[in-house]
Amino acid sequence: MIEYLEILGQEVYKIIFLLVPILVSVAMIVWLDRRVWGLVQKRKGPNVVGPFGLFQTLADALKYIFKEIIIPASANKVVFILAPIVTMTLALVAWAVIPMSEDLVLANINVGILYLFAISSLGVYGIIMGGWASNSKYPFLGAIRSAAQMVSYEVSIGIIIINVLLCVGSLNLNDIVIAQKELWYVIPLFPMFVIFFISSLAETNRPPFDLPEAEAELVAGYQTEYSGMMYAMFWLGEYANILLMCAMGSILFLGGWLPLMDIYPLNIIPAPIWMISKILFLFLLFALIKAIVPRYRYDQLMRLGWKIFLPFSLIYLVLTASFLFYFDKLPKVNI
Amino acid sequence: MIVHSIFFYFFSVIAIFSSLMVITSRSTINSVFFLILDFISVGCLFIMVGAEFLGMILLIVYVGAVAVLFLFVVMMLNVAEQKQSWFIGKKSTHIPTGLIVSVLILLELLVVVGGWKYKEDLMSSSTLLLSEISNTHQLGLVMYTDYILYFQLAGIVLLLAMIGAILLTFRERVGVKKQSYLNQISRSPSNAVELIEVKSNQGVKVDD
Repeated sequence: MIEYLEILGQEVYKIIFLLVPILVSVAMIVWLDRRVWGLVQKRKGPNVVGPFGLFQTLADALKYIFKEIIIPASANKVVFILAPIVTMTLALVAWAVIPMSEDLVLANINVGILYLFAISSLGVYGIIMGGWASNSKYPFLGAIRSAAQMVSYEVSIGIIIINVLLCVGSLNLNDIVIAQKELWYVIPLFPMFVIFFISSLAETNRPPFDLPEAEAELVAGYQTEYSGMMYAMFWLGEYANILLMCAMGSILFLGGWLPLMDIYPLNIIPAPIWMISKILFLFLLFALIKAIVPRYRYDQLMRLGWKIFLPFSLIYLVLTASFLFYFDKLPKVNI
Repeated sequence: MIVHSIFFYFFSVIAIFSSLMVITSRSTINSVFFLILDFISVGCLFIMVGAEFLGMILLIVYVGAVAVLFLFVVMMLNVAEQKQSWFIGKKSTHIPTGLIVSVLILLELLVVVGGWKYKEDLMSSSTLLLSEISNTHQLGLVMYTDYILYFQLAGIVLLLAMIGAILLTFRERVGVKKQSYLNQISRSPSNAVELIEVKSNQGVKVDD
């Protein structure tokens, strides 16, 4: 029994050392997002609290903690309180399988990519629950929009993942990274990378696909009735999800923790730094797109997902499979 | 081993409890939430017996897609409270049908599980051997080789269901203005804007 407790203690210690950096980096990433947004629009962005305004998010979080949590009288209280908890938990739970280097990973499971996909497909529940439990028109409309949007873009993300898996021959995230040692998949699968990136914008409800919270039409979408810490949890969960999608993109296409090239000055830089810089690069693209692209119309969004991305990624899947088969490059089965 | 059984009983108690709650809770929304909980705990049980692929697929397909649709339907129809429950108030007419179906399912399970347990050569195919190869790998080895016909047939059945659903709900509406994306994109100032010299006191006739 003591042994089990010891193992449990070690695991808890590892989990804390995973979660605390993620929460801190989520806070930093919010600052970065607002900063980039400001710079694009020739504003300064948050620059008052701390050096370069770095502590702005911490100040915001403190403000949210001390604000009153208002629960609408006609809301379904249990579901209303559960919704932000579900969003936040799911956003953090997925990080368990993200490899920061070959052995710096909490759980190196065989079906890592499926796990990521499953968790990101559960993310829709936080939003639906929040929207429905508020018992108000705008949140409900926002929730329905976002559920439809997330379910439809998941389909194309799934097919893109299959594309990559065809080249790798394993569902393990570390194997996916190691398979890119010679060539990052962003080069042979560049169209898929673009579609993955756009789909992950839609999947995380980021502009230009932020229709669930389009303030011009729906006030704040599913978050309308939320206040104080519960709103902040939705917000943290959203940004943790964005970081997760960036991590997924860098694992699937940008070679994860592998260096740019396996030559002297580049390969002494530790692997986690490569991983973090790739995540940051993708996040900068997210932030720039938020600042420069106008919002899509809802029917255009659905059309893009179902009529353009889905057929295109299916065709590309067939092409990839045929190419691999014809040139005998299919991953070898090692039993 | 003791930790294994603790986890097993934890998940199975949750699974049984939530499946009971699915059929007894009065609010339909709560039923759907308990159904989701049931799916998740059964997925965890799958992972515990080493079928991690099945567990994940259960999460992706049932929790990530099917239950979302359930939730949609229940929320849109606004059947918040079930008026007639089978043990409270008015008698429901669904009980006989439900009983017949569940008795049939029970009998089928008894026949299949009993036969599989007590008769050696009931199953025509050889079962997968447990070995070093991961569960996903084993599935992949047989699914596209030995069972390709069944796999394709299942796919065609699903495709038929999809086409059928679209056909049933499709209706052509007349008098609806449709947007053509090609026309919208290919508009240029030369064919969209017109400059007119307006004579004073005469106005302009705009055709729309």
